[in-house]
Parts: sequence; C-alpha cells; structure tokens
Amino acid sequence: MNTTAITTHHLTKDFRAPGGSLRALDNLDLEVPEGIVFGFLGPNGSGKTTTIRLLLGLLEPTAGQARVLGFDTRTQGDAIRMHTGALLEQTGLYERLSAEDNLDYYGRIYHLPAGQRQARIRELLDAMGLYERRKEIVGSWSRGMKQKLAVARALLHQPRLVFLDEPTAGLDPVAAAALREDLAQLAAERRVTIFLTTHNLADAERLCQQVAVIRAGQLLAVGSPDELRQRMAAHQGSQQAEIVGRGLTPELAARLEVLPDVLAARAEDQRLVIELRAGAEMAPVVAQVVAAGGMVEEVRKAKASLEEAFLELVENQE
Amino acid sequence: MLLYDMMTVARKELKEIMVQRGSLRSGLTNLLVTMLVIGVLFPLQWGAEWITSPVGLISTAWLPMMLSMGLIADTFAGERERHTLETLLASRLSDRAILFGKILAAVVYAVALALAGALLGAATVNMQSPGAGFYPAQNIVGMLVFSLLGALAVSGLGVLVSLRAETVRQAYQRMSLGFLILWLPLILGPQLLPEAWKAPVLRFFSGLDGTQIAVGAAVLLLVLAALFIGLAMARFQRSRLIEG
Repeated sequence: MNTTAITTHHLTKDFRAPGGSLRALDNLDLEVPEGIVFGFLGPNGSGKTTTIRLLLGLLEPTAGQARVLGFDTRTQGDAIRMHTGALLEQTGLYERLSAEDNLDYYGRIYHLPAGQRQARIRELLDAMGLYERRKEIVGSWSRGMKQKLAVARALLHQPRLVFLDEPTAGLDPVAAAALREDLAQLAAERRVTIFLTTHNLADAERLCQQVAVIRAGQLLAVGSPDELRQRMAAHQGSQQAEIVGRGLTPELAARLEVLPDVLAARAEDQRLVIELRAGAEMAPVVAQVVAAGGMVEEVRKAKASLEEAFLELVENQE
Repeated sequence: MLLYDMMTVARKELKEIMVQRGSLRSGLTNLLVTMLVIGVLFPLQWGAEWITSPVGLISTAWLPMMLSMGLIADTFAGERERHTLETLLASRLSDRAILFGKILAAVVYAVALALAGALLGAATVNMQSPGAGFYPAQNIVGMLVFSLLGALAVSGLGVLVSLRAETVRQAYQRMSLGFLILWLPLILGPQLLPEAWKAPVLRFFSGLDGTQIAVGAAVLLLVLAALFIGLAMARFQRSRLIEG
C-alpha cells in the first residue's frame, strides 16, 4: 500500500520573464505521508501556489519530477485530478449561480449519482451552516460564506487528497475553528491527506502534523511544528523559562547562574526569568531554587511559537 | 463518459446564460425579446412570403447564431475574468469535455432558438394569413443544417479567440475582427478579381441552382467549423491557459 501521498524530487519550475527566466520553484524535495494535514508555509511569492499547480498537473515542471497518490504529474494529471479536490487562490465559484447549483455542477463533474449528490450537498452545506441559503446567488454572499462553500466543493466528491490554498482566509474565528476541526477529523478518520498553504501560522500550529517552510522557491525546513521550534531553539542556542513563587530574590537568581545549563537569570515581580542552554532540563534548576529556600508555585518553559520559528527561518535566509 | 461530461459543462453554461443579466427574470425577458423579433416582428412584416421564401428561415437562423457569439466569447475569457477557470481546470474534466461542452452549449442555444423562432414565425404568419401553411420540408432541413453548421463555425472561432483573451470584451472584439476577416474576401473578392476572371466566375455562380448554393455554403461552413475547432483543440493546453 502506498503510504506517501506526495513525493517530489528536484522539482523545479521556471517562468519566462522579461530579460530571461524566473525560477519560481528550485529543486523541491518533499515527502508528504498519507492521512495527515501538511502545512506549506511561506511568504507571498515564495512558490506555494506554483507547487500546488505542479502537483495537480496543471503546470509542466522545468526539471525534476513529482508523484501524487502514486501518479506522475507530467503524464497522469487526469488521474491526479480525479482523486483530489482543490481550493485554489480564488474560490472559483460561479457567482451568478446559486450555492446549490455550484455544488451540483461539481457533483456532476465527479459523476456522483443524483441521490448521493443531493445527500452530500445537504451534508456539507448543513455542516457549514449554509443549507438554508442554498438557493441564493453566490455573488451576493460575504467572502467568508464563499470560502466555506468553496471548501465544501473541494470536499464534495470525498477525495483522497485535498489541496487548500489559504482555506481559513476570510472566515470568522468560529467558522475558522469549525473548519480546522473538520479538516483534522477528515484526516484522522478517513485518512484524507490535506495539503494546505496558510499565512496563519497559528492555524498551521493547531492543525498540521507536518509543515514545510519555503522561501523564494527553496525549501528551508520540513518537520513537525515541534521539531521546527526545537530547531529554532537549537539554532539560537538558548530557550527561556520562568519560575513563579515566593522568595525569588536577585541573590537566588545570581546563585542559579553558576549552574552549567543556566546562561542568565534575573528576578522580576515574584518570578525568576531564566535563560537556559537549548535542550537543558529544568529539574536541576528547580531543585537549586528549592534548596536555596525559594517557594515554587509554577514552572513554565517558554515554547517558541511556530511563527517565531518561521520568522527565524525566513529571516536567516535573507 | 465524454458525452456525459460535455453535457454537464453545456448544462452549466446554459444555466449561466439564463442568469447572466443578474436574474432569471431578466434572462427570460432577453429570450422573449429575441423570440418576438424573429418569431413575430419579421414574419408580420413579410407575411405569407416568410413561409415560402428561404430568406425567412435564413433570417431566423442568423440572429440566434450571432447571439451565440456573445455566449461563446464568455466561455474561457469569462471564466478567466471571473476567476473560475483554474478551479475548472483542476477538476477531473478532460480537455475535450470542457472544450466540446462549451461549444455544445452555444450550438444548442443557437439551434434551439432558431427552431423555436421558426415555429413561432409559422404560427404568427398563419394567424395573420390563415392557411399560409408550414415551411417546405427542404427549407426547414436547410435551416437546421445552416443553423447547426453556422453555430459550430461561430463557436469554434469563439473558443479559439476566447482561449487566450483576458476579458470577455477582448474576446468579443477579436471575434468581430475574425468575422470581418472572413467576410472581407466575399465582399471585396469580386472587385479584386482580374477583369479576365470576372465573367467566367459570374457565369459559374449564376449557373448554380439553390440546392447547389446551399450545399456549397454547408460545405464551406463545415470546413470552417472543422478548422476552428481543430485549432482550438490544438491550442487548449492547461499549462498555457494558467500561465496566460
């Protein structure tokens, strides 16, 4: 059984540009396992959309190769598009038609039988809270409603792999959270692979089992959000921790600085702020605080956010 | 499979035509006006001759064919302008299903409108001049063939220019230019012929009967349709449509 949904090998795409060519994607090597939510992160113009287009077989790579669900993107684009769903940069909705007509059209495109098509349309529109408005012309809808409908369209034929370009863009926080939950459930229960691009790194952190960071067409890092954070800490050489309690004096802070893993420590408002060597454990530090008469109520090891890790990766390349 | 996909695409196109002016009501009003012109106004002016002369049916077929120009200009250029093209190309539909589905919609629109216009025209004439009867069989068959082949040729040209046009307006302008280029030889050709050729050419055409002219026109339309559709098929490449 194929357990890799997407594999790319030296995937490269050049576009014609005035006075030469522009490399939009540069030797991308990537493996996306089946059944996970995979986040593809990068600043604007970094090559995310080009990657999706290449993976869908909509563009011919200049060099390298890619396989999606076991199909070659150069020669088996039809098979790839048969088994995938896509929400691209634009919602791609027919704004002169109703929501129901939009989904019905794509249901027919994917040969869903009439009964199944109607049931599936109802199920998805119900889940998105749009069923009562299914007869309305989409052009009059808000951006968020259109986005929800476009996501429903991408999932309509129950594809094995879904490409989502900024799926939560334009959604209110409640709808975005509901969509995140649906996507996570889809991946977990039905082993659907979700390949999503997002600028919302908090979204990626909550939803993705693996992320890749791309900039100027080059892959900077790939791994779980935790791995990326750890890599950032390792790169920086330190991480921050806090101890909250009583009796946490500047003298106590000074005593901690003699420990080998403590780079710096200071006392601030009933707490100690400690700069630890990357990967160091907190237990010896806490033991030292207690031994010195400090009363510990809470210990927090600060975790860099994915956003910090992302910014670090991107800025390091500049 | 291909036929089902073509019909799916054509069905959506026809649905969009009905609401392209903002609502179903305005779409129906638009259709009604067209029907009134070709099915009531013209026949009333011509009277019983509308039934007996082939000119009536040619006029009935001509207007819907010209109206289908607007529809076909909207196909790819409209999808590009409204940002629906890439999502459609990312679906499982084959190139041929998309291309032929859009052509099918324009042809169905033109032929159905022409046929409905012809029937309404016959009814109008018979109400004005009871006993005028129905069109001769060869005229109605000729009208259907002319309407079908004409719509195919117009659609083929429309798809061809629409594939690369950025906007519907640009597609429509290019189509109009294309038509002008096609018509120019017919209009200017006789004047540009060398003097020595004019008499034999005139003799050749004046020697033809109505059937021969109709068959010649049908063959010409068929050749044009095949040429335009063939070129459109060769030009339909997903990557180029996306890269622009």
